[in-house]
Amino acid sequence: MDTPSHPYFPHTAEDIAAMLERCGVKTVEELYSDVPDSVLFRGHYELPSAMSESELRRFFKQLARKDRELICFAGAGFYQHYTPAVIPALLSRSEFYTAYTPYQPEISQGTLQYIFEYQSIMCALTGMDVCNASMYDGSTATAEAMMMAVNSLKRRRRVLISATVNPLVAQVVNTYASYNNVTVEVLPEKDGITDREALRSMLGAGDVAAVIVATPNYFGILEDYTGLADEVHAAKALLIMNAHATTLSVLRTPADWGADIACGEAQSLGLPLNYGGPYLGYLSCRRQFMRKMPGRIVGATTDDRGQRVFVLTLQAREQHIRREKATSNICSNQGIMTLHAVMYASLMGPEGLRRVNGAGASGMRRLAAELCLTGKMRLKYPDRPYLNEALFEMADGYSADTLINEAARAGILAGVRVGLNGLLVAVTEQQNEEDIKAYIKVVNSLKKENS
Amino acid sequence: MNTQLYDKLIFELSRPGCRGYALPDENRADEGLGDIKTLPEQLLRESEPELPRVDEPTLVRHYTNSSTNNFGVDTGFYPLGSCTMKYNPKINEELAAGFASELHPLQPADTVQGALEVYWRLQKALSTIGGMAEFTLNPHAGAQGELTGLMVIKSYHNSREDYGRTRILVPDSAHGTNPASAACAGYEVVEVHSMPDGTVDVEDLKSKLDSSVAALMMTNPNTVGMFERNIPVIAEAVHAVGALLYYDGANLNPLLGVARPGDMGFDVMHINLHKTFATPHGGGGPGAGPVGVRAGLEQFLPNPRVLQAPDGTLYVNEQDSACGRVSAWLGNYTVFVKALAYIYTLGACGLRYVGPLATLNANYIMHSLCDLYELPIPGPCKHEFVFDGLKDKSTGVTTLNIAKALLDCGFHAPTIYFPLLFHESLMIEPTETESRRTLDDFISAMRDIAGRAASEPDSVRTEPHHTPVRHPDDTEAALHPRLTWSDLKC
Repeated sequence: MDTPSHPYFPHTAEDIAAMLERCGVKTVEELYSDVPDSVLFRGHYELPSAMSESELRRFFKQLARKDRELICFAGAGFYQHYTPAVIPALLSRSEFYTAYTPYQPEISQGTLQYIFEYQSIMCALTGMDVCNASMYDGSTATAEAMMMAVNSLKRRRRVLISATVNPLVAQVVNTYASYNNVTVEVLPEKDGITDREALRSMLGAGDVAAVIVATPNYFGILEDYTGLADEVHAAKALLIMNAHATTLSVLRTPADWGADIACGEAQSLGLPLNYGGPYLGYLSCRRQFMRKMPGRIVGATTDDRGQRVFVLTLQAREQHIRREKATSNICSNQGIMTLHAVMYASLMGPEGLRRVNGAGASGMRRLAAELCLTGKMRLKYPDRPYLNEALFEMADGYSADTLINEAARAGILAGVRVGLNGLLVAVTEQQNEEDIKAYIKVVNSLKKENS
Repeated sequence: MNTQLYDKLIFELSRPGCRGYALPDENRADEGLGDIKTLPEQLLRESEPELPRVDEPTLVRHYTNSSTNNFGVDTGFYPLGSCTMKYNPKINEELAAGFASELHPLQPADTVQGALEVYWRLQKALSTIGGMAEFTLNPHAGAQGELTGLMVIKSYHNSREDYGRTRILVPDSAHGTNPASAACAGYEVVEVHSMPDGTVDVEDLKSKLDSSVAALMMTNPNTVGMFERNIPVIAEAVHAVGALLYYDGANLNPLLGVARPGDMGFDVMHINLHKTFATPHGGGGPGAGPVGVRAGLEQFLPNPRVLQAPDGTLYVNEQDSACGRVSAWLGNYTVFVKALAYIYTLGACGLRYVGPLATLNANYIMHSLCDLYELPIPGPCKHEFVFDGLKDKSTGVTTLNIAKALLDCGFHAPTIYFPLLFHESLMIEPTETESRRTLDDFISAMRDIAGRAASEPDSVRTEPHHTPVRHPDDTEAALHPRLTWSDLKC
């Protein structure tokens, strides 16, 4: 091996020579003498040659030109909220982002403190007692909630998931279930909400481990879950509620609905859209299920000076101790995203978070009224309560796909197509009056298609 | 790192009337709150959530101070075995922060060609580095990569109507995630024994291989830092019974420029971008655990997949043959930007130094300390090695004491009590981005600790003495769990 010459490698020729001598070998290759000849890689990586920083910058700038930022009226589980500048500034402190999982509490209180704050904030929002830190995203958090329920109730391996849960979430739940001998059945919807009659009959068999519902549901509807927890509990099953974190500052909490486990996506706490990630899944539950929880949990204790300090706790649940008997294979993940969520929720406070919901709700009402006036689309479920997102259906002769394409041309992301000709539309505080007018203009100019 | 603990929680800085936000149109927000109040009462929250109320300067000072309680790779040497705590280049952070941040995952594909190209280029780069046909980048972490890889394996066997394969073989030296992932994928776990030199016992392996085995999961180099030199024989034996060979990529770093899992006969593998490809660990994430497969297994990769049309356009595709879906969208996207930037910064030639330098650094430490620390497995190690505590067992000084004494010297501790093969495991991985001077400082500290263990063992046994936090009471934390701000107020 010749001497490397790159800013990331601190070795000089002199260093390498001295180090080889200490190791009692003449070449670095000798340190690989145990690698059989037949598996040594003698070819070349099919990669470009090294780029300098300025070349790299130019390369990514050119790539970014192939993307188009659109005024975002799409949600479907992922919402564009404003990220205050202090958040990226503080996240870029390398004491935070270059640290590992806080295994050494003596030199990791920064991480442990914010995780404890995160657990507290998510419990405040969901009304639950315990929250872990953390899950990959809202979909896998729901899958882990499902596994947690199945593992809490031995011998029951049937789970019901409402048709009103986000289909991307349902697919992940299905995948995890299918490899674990768990049967997932779809609980049908009726007029946009979970069919409670069907639920009663499906619970009747007495073998259901858990029922999964969402609030707001995939169509943006706020379902009235009055009495649901009692029915589920009467069948000795657990109720899992998937909820968008930010909406819980105004909506009835999963705990108040009587859910046993709350889970979902916390991306709406000011995390950038980032073309799908990193996001932040959360999983919280009532205290009785604490020891069935997967993943890291931070707890308070004291040190030998009597100071209040924080440590990773209840680790007997985890893979590095229990191996194949662990509650999950999950390790640490999305650590720094929990700090992002904590800072956002703290800057907003209870009032700011409520007003963000207010801005979205008001914008959505305004947009919905105007869209309906065009006569080219209408609310699919006009009588159902919604917050900042609603499902529309196109009038005869108008196509949702055409609208999406025309709008994209005008710099607008009109929404997410649902079913054959539905459009799921969301508004947050980020879309102003002009944006709404521009959207209406696109719809007004939409032409009837020959079918 | 602070000398004194900054011990506040953000809740303790909260004051009614303080706010840290400004909205574009507050009248609209308040109108909307009025609209929300008209919704049926039972749908609404009864009381406000207890969240902090703080102004911006207070919050900034809180987290700045809190960060000084922490230790990161930028603070000092982090020889944490199997974690590959290498330098996280700053340019990558900057590029990732500005790239695709406002792109919605469900935007039409023609408006996100740049974002998809990052995915496409990275999966291509990992394929050439791993010697595989194709990668999915969707799994969010190494553990989820393992789970996804096992789902691919199950889907492959199922596609051949080979339903009797219910077991996964895992060496006893494996990372804890391997057996846990196998259990999560619905498999029974069977342990394979190690030889005295830490490598897989081929005879024991062969005795456990039959048509009930779906796969063997292996880390190579393994967790004691030894290259599994029998890998050609192992691959042949595993394939002979119709099973597949899975590569746990946690220890890929020393093989950059040296060998490729695909060439060793591995069928499926995962890579930890946050280890080998220099993306930050973030105090525990976000990471990424891309999964690669050899030719013939691509159709089992999870949905959605990024594919290229004949005209060069990229699109997002879903297919029924996939093993399922493991992420809402394409995974921890910004991590891909950082990993691609790292790969392109080093380029085809620069990457070839990574493995050899990491291995040189590890061997240098090992040779500089093996007179004082027990080296159970001699011979050239790869990126990491394991000491079984001090050579002098009479002092009563344990691996835990040594780890804590290192904190007092300004170093992060190595991985301790893993692997489980030894009682006093002390697993050291320096990575290629540490200078000889840093390694020498660490070696001096370790030699000093060994010396003090003999001359003043009681002092070493009570370390750390100088960290802002000392000896937290773990038992109390687990016996009386206090997990939220509300718990603390009770």
